[in-house]
Amino acid sequence: MKTEYSFNERFEFAGKAKTWSLIAIAIGIIGLIIGFLDKSEGGMQRTFNDLLLGGYYFVCVCICGVFFMAYQYAAQSGWSVSFLRIPQAFAKVLPIAAVVFIIIVTAGLFTKHEIVEEGKKVMAPYLYAHWATPGLTDPKSENYDAIIAGKSAFLNIPFFYGVVVILLALYALFGRMLVKYSENEDELGGMLNYNKSFKAALIFLVVFGFTYPVFAFDAIMSVEAHWFSTMFGWYNLAALHVAGLAVITLTVLLLHQSGYLGWVNENHIHDLAKSMFAFSIFWTYVWFAQFFLIWYANLPEESVYFYHRWQPEYKWWFWLNIVLNFVSPLLLLMSRDSKRYYARVKFTCVVLIIGHWLDYYLMIMPGTMPERNSYIPFGIQDVLIFVGFAGLFTFLMLQALSKFKSLIPSKHPFVQESLHHHI
Amino acid sequence: MSSTKMILGLFDDPDEMMHGIDQLQKNSVPIYDVYTPMPIHGIEAKLGIKDSRLGYAAFCFGCLGGSVIFSIVYYTLVHDWPMNIGGKPNFPMPNFVPFTFEWTILWTAFGMVATFFFATHLFPGRAPRVMDLRATDDRFVIAIDAKGNVPHEDITRILQDAGAVEIKHNDRKYVSYE
Repeated sequence: MKTEYSFNERFEFAGKAKTWSLIAIAIGIIGLIIGFLDKSEGGMQRTFNDLLLGGYYFVCVCICGVFFMAYQYAAQSGWSVSFLRIPQAFAKVLPIAAVVFIIIVTAGLFTKHEIVEEGKKVMAPYLYAHWATPGLTDPKSENYDAIIAGKSAFLNIPFFYGVVVILLALYALFGRMLVKYSENEDELGGMLNYNKSFKAALIFLVVFGFTYPVFAFDAIMSVEAHWFSTMFGWYNLAALHVAGLAVITLTVLLLHQSGYLGWVNENHIHDLAKSMFAFSIFWTYVWFAQFFLIWYANLPEESVYFYHRWQPEYKWWFWLNIVLNFVSPLLLLMSRDSKRYYARVKFTCVVLIIGHWLDYYLMIMPGTMPERNSYIPFGIQDVLIFVGFAGLFTFLMLQALSKFKSLIPSKHPFVQESLHHHI
Repeated sequence: MSSTKMILGLFDDPDEMMHGIDQLQKNSVPIYDVYTPMPIHGIEAKLGIKDSRLGYAAFCFGCLGGSVIFSIVYYTLVHDWPMNIGGKPNFPMPNFVPFTFEWTILWTAFGMVATFFFATHLFPGRAPRVMDLRATDDRFVIAIDAKGNVPHEDITRILQDAGAVEIKHNDRKYVSYE
């Protein structure tokens, strides 16, 4: 086994990766233009939903970088050190992702259009119309909605902004701290920065665990504000984790195959694939727990959520979601050898990334699209805008990665353990 | 004819023991087994030990547990005595998921433990078979089947040269805790 590597190698962001990510961004912009010029019923709504989906997915993958780093530090684990720069690059992109997300929700909250709701014409915003439409909480207004009025202490625009801005800033700050400590460690060596990272990681995990569900409630669950589920936060946390792990694994594999990260071997990939496998099962567990409780109790205000998703146009996608996110990792990654076989792991990563796009799609679309149009569940802008966000993420993440002086935290106390990782 | 049944080379250092394995293999001496107080990475590959088949046993027990409970509940709640519970259909698939899942896991876990006990001749209350008691403490033991592996002096010398702190020629295969 080769144990001597050059740790001074930097990632050079050029060539095919740069060209293709820029092309993907261009495709996304074309998708946006098509979407905003879409004059069909619900076309504009669809474009805003796609933007929310893309922005949320983007933010979640970057948060997963911080989350992954934090629990590796908290567990004092050594195996992940060899590719820890990848989640660090994700964490570095988080501030930009957060700004993009806030711009999208602002655009959606303040761009209004006229819709007919129960025979009355109302000026509703494109995003969060269920609670952000003016007059919903005013007893004198003809739009008055008692359920929303009862929830208005949580669902109002200042509180919404407070939650989104403060939480994203907090996650980005912890991400920045962990990256900074790691860079200082490369300069200075010693245990000081590792100990600081350990503490910061513990604090982050406590903060993140308690606050992330609130972020998910505000960002996605409030799209259908009459409905609620206490499982939703954990369900989204599981989705975030699986999607983030799939993106981390795919990035590590693609970098490894283009000649970087020479020290990563099938043992590291085995552990990453094992995490993907395990957390896909966890995702299914939470998904089913939410579905099962609602199905069994059959309370009208809860089951309306699944009623929407069992309409003929969404039912196939509803089941495909389970096939992509549960059955495929279960069958593709079950055996030991398949976790060590790069092509298989790469394929599963792609399946999971698309699967969780569909997962988010089914959280956002069925409750917001006008009913009559929904016999065509997909639009061209859905795909194009997702490609655009993928390109934007790839571009920014690789840009951030190329700023690191080395592709491995070479003075991390566990770097040798990671190089000799063997399972 | 010597009455020696097993030759044991006792090492106090895992690296020296690994070196001892190399030396024995270089001299084409077949190794019966190696006993160490803690797991050593890479030793399975060096000794050419086949992958464990415990996973297959686990899979079979899981399938068995899942089908047993599914059949019981299907027979009682769907076939023999259907009941109207909360207006749900008589054969409600989502309801069947939790207990099928739980029994699958339960039987997998118990089945794996039982298989492991069976394969390693371990049962609660039974004295375990060990070749040298210190292999569970601070000695790394290479065991060589003495039958057919002659001359014994050569094996002893190889182990000595590799750094064995003690070499035993045992007449019994196992010593037990009695």
